[in-house]
Amino acid sequence: MATLEVEGIQKSFGGVQAVRGVSFAVEPGEMLALIGPNGAGKSTCFNMLNGQLQPDAGRVRLKGRDITGLKPRQVWRLGVGRTFQVTATFGSMTVRENVQMALLSHHHRLGQLWRPVARMDAAEAEALLARLGMAGQAGRPCGILAYGDLKRVELAIALANQPALLLMDEPTAGMAPQERVSLMALTAEIARERGIAVLFTEHDMDVVFSHADRILVLDRGALIAEGAPQAVRNDPRVREVYLGSGATSGH
Amino acid sequence: MASGLTVIFGVSRIVNFAHGSFYMLGAYLAWTLVTSLPRGHLGFWGGVLGAALLVGVIGLVVEMLLLRRIYRAPELFQLLATFGVVLVVQDVALLTWGAQDLLGPRAPGLRGSTEILGLRFPLYELFLIVVGPVVLGLLLLLFHRTRWGTLVRAATQDREMVGALGVNQRMLFTSVFFLGSVLAGLGGALQLPRESVNLHMDLAIITEAFVVVVVGGLGSLSGAALAALLIGELHAFGILVFPKITLVLVFLVMAVVLVVRPHGLRGKPQPAAHGVAAAEPMIGAAPRALKLAGAVGLALAVALPPFLGDYALTVLTEIAICILFAASLHLIMGPGGMASFGHAAYFGLGAYGAALAATWLGVPMLGGMLLAPVLAGIFGVVFGWFCVRLSGVYSAMLTLAFAQIAWSVAFQWVEVTGGDNGILGVWPDAWAAGKLTYYYLALALCLGGTLLLRRVVHAPFGYALRAQRDSALRAEAIGIDAFRIRWWGFTLAAVAAGVAGGLFAYGKGSVFPTYLAIPRSVDALLMVLLGGVQTLTGPIIGAIAYTGLQEQLMRLLEYWRLVLGAVIILLVLFFPQGLAGAARAMWERRHGDA
Repeated sequence: MATLEVEGIQKSFGGVQAVRGVSFAVEPGEMLALIGPNGAGKSTCFNMLNGQLQPDAGRVRLKGRDITGLKPRQVWRLGVGRTFQVTATFGSMTVRENVQMALLSHHHRLGQLWRPVARMDAAEAEALLARLGMAGQAGRPCGILAYGDLKRVELAIALANQPALLLMDEPTAGMAPQERVSLMALTAEIARERGIAVLFTEHDMDVVFSHADRILVLDRGALIAEGAPQAVRNDPRVREVYLGSGATSGH
Repeated sequence: MASGLTVIFGVSRIVNFAHGSFYMLGAYLAWTLVTSLPRGHLGFWGGVLGAALLVGVIGLVVEMLLLRRIYRAPELFQLLATFGVVLVVQDVALLTWGAQDLLGPRAPGLRGSTEILGLRFPLYELFLIVVGPVVLGLLLLLFHRTRWGTLVRAATQDREMVGALGVNQRMLFTSVFFLGSVLAGLGGALQLPRESVNLHMDLAIITEAFVVVVVGGLGSLSGAALAALLIGELHAFGILVFPKITLVLVFLVMAVVLVVRPHGLRGKPQPAAHGVAAAEPMIGAAPRALKLAGAVGLALAVALPPFLGDYALTVLTEIAICILFAASLHLIMGPGGMASFGHAAYFGLGAYGAALAATWLGVPMLGGMLLAPVLAGIFGVVFGWFCVRLSGVYSAMLTLAFAQIAWSVAFQWVEVTGGDNGILGVWPDAWAAGKLTYYYLALALCLGGTLLLRRVVHAPFGYALRAQRDSALRAEAIGIDAFRIRWWGFTLAAVAAGVAGGLFAYGKGSVFPTYLAIPRSVDALLMVLLGGVQTLTGPIIGAIAYTGLQEQLMRLLEYWRLVLGAVIILLVLFFPQGLAGAARAMWERRHGDA
């Protein structure tokens, strides 16, 4: 069964149809990229998947279960990790504590009033950070971290509830080119290892064509192409609306 | 009045307590001018206008000397600074005009009354009814038809953008503040023929104006007018139908409006300020030096009192209670990131819980002290449910409204609460009747409570509070129900404040409505801000410093408010992080940021 199934979701803002009937599915362990020019509706589409926006029509199903209309925190409980285009972390906590928060929430322990956080789920948090190459930064405050490192912290937080699906909105935006490739390679590795379905949006075509198993192309709110990287690259409609307009086409 | 406030707030986003003081000053100055100028039309109207302009000039000076320096500071500090101004103005007014109420002359030409539909209306009231809409109309014209007005409206929407377009923001703000102050002064001056001028006008009017502004929607002139009308009508009809609960009625309306339309009748959501807010500092284990200082302090607090007199013991008991009170407020303000202008409600409810239990149920002291946090907690659950749904200033205003409801119930329900006379004879049981014993009891409970709160901040619940404050988006994305966390945080703080209140009631032997009133809420705010919101030690130091300072000043000086106000203003200007924050910054500088 597909991890995520999206069926004809739509969203309008005022008179503008931002997303008009988009359908697709993501399989376990698959890296699916959602691309398209600015304003194509990628972020809107994304925000409807984890409940930040409610679709006007259509269904979203996670492992067969209808999750349309649930709140983000309910969607998260069902196994969806999320990273943001502009990183959102807890600035007054260390890297380790940020990950601990997600772990504590996953274990339903946030209501506890007595035991200090310092002693709870610390080892598990350290292990996750080590997997992402952040072990050395665990004790540093999130507020002073470099942007690329923050993106890694976000990924660690998103992995804390052992998700079946990862939603990554521009996971490498603001990172140096070398960092981008290594972060996405790591993401792909973890996804395959744990059977996590990954859906990501991305502007960097290098990243997209070297790491996506499959690509969806969105233009003016509708899907115009879907398929393996090579097929999408050669699709005349994609070339017309996207690659043909002078965008960086990678290799 | 309200229009003045809403204009100022809209543009500068400064929550201004001092506006009530300007209103009061307007009335006093008008009294002086009108009584010293020759009688007649010129004397009266000239006096009124002159007073308004003078107040405008005073506002101008305050803005340039004080507020200009702190526009970038957190809203709460601005509030604190303006409260300092309130205290100073109160004592200056007391010095200049004395304590007794002053009666102004009637307005010439509008002395009589007229009959409309068989009812007698004083002419002056009719005149005021006309003046309101006229001033509103002029303001609307000013804002929509002049270049200045357009700039002000633009600045209301996006301050930085207007600055980027080359507009001198400073001049703009100053002129807006001047206009707002003139309006406040005019409002005060026009009250002169209606009621006596007294020293309580400032806080009375500011509460009402806050309600009007919040109900109408911040920054919305027409909203403010609409709300003023609504509240005025409520007052009028309320007195006819429910004479006892008019105050409650007004605040209930406000609560309902805010819950249904969180941004007021005509308001829009506040645009988020540009720029990344400075990350809140981390909360770590206390450094060794601090632990040592704490241990020494505690040792002194335990060892010294047997050698002290009754007066010192009373003060120390009060300080212990204030520490818990401040720490409870700190929980919602620091880690919770919510401001409360009405935390005294829970302190007072605790006090009343204990007192009512003692007088009506004849419960012994320990029972009363148990009931205190229970009552405070119940109301914390109910009020908190409304307050934590909103954010920022709106939430703070709502806490104020609920505190005012609690106060008016205590004040007006004479049969049960004794009204203004309070409840007397709430004495501790025989075993704790000695001042020294009671001090140790208070110390144990308050320090225990404070340490417990500290423990909570380090526990997952405290982290969850900080998480929803740091990033609501991320908190929601990892399954944290911010509303519930804030709600329980609020309730927990209310319970702790209730404990403090219960202790206070037995310590004083009596309970009065002032325990729930705004000045006490402000006391708590000052303690927390004085000490510093960002550190856990802050509220403790703040409570000690503030209570000690106030106590000494009250004893030594007749005009203690003047000095206290000045101290507050200086602190805001020079120690924006509070005492503990400043100490920490100094410590970190000396030890290097390794």
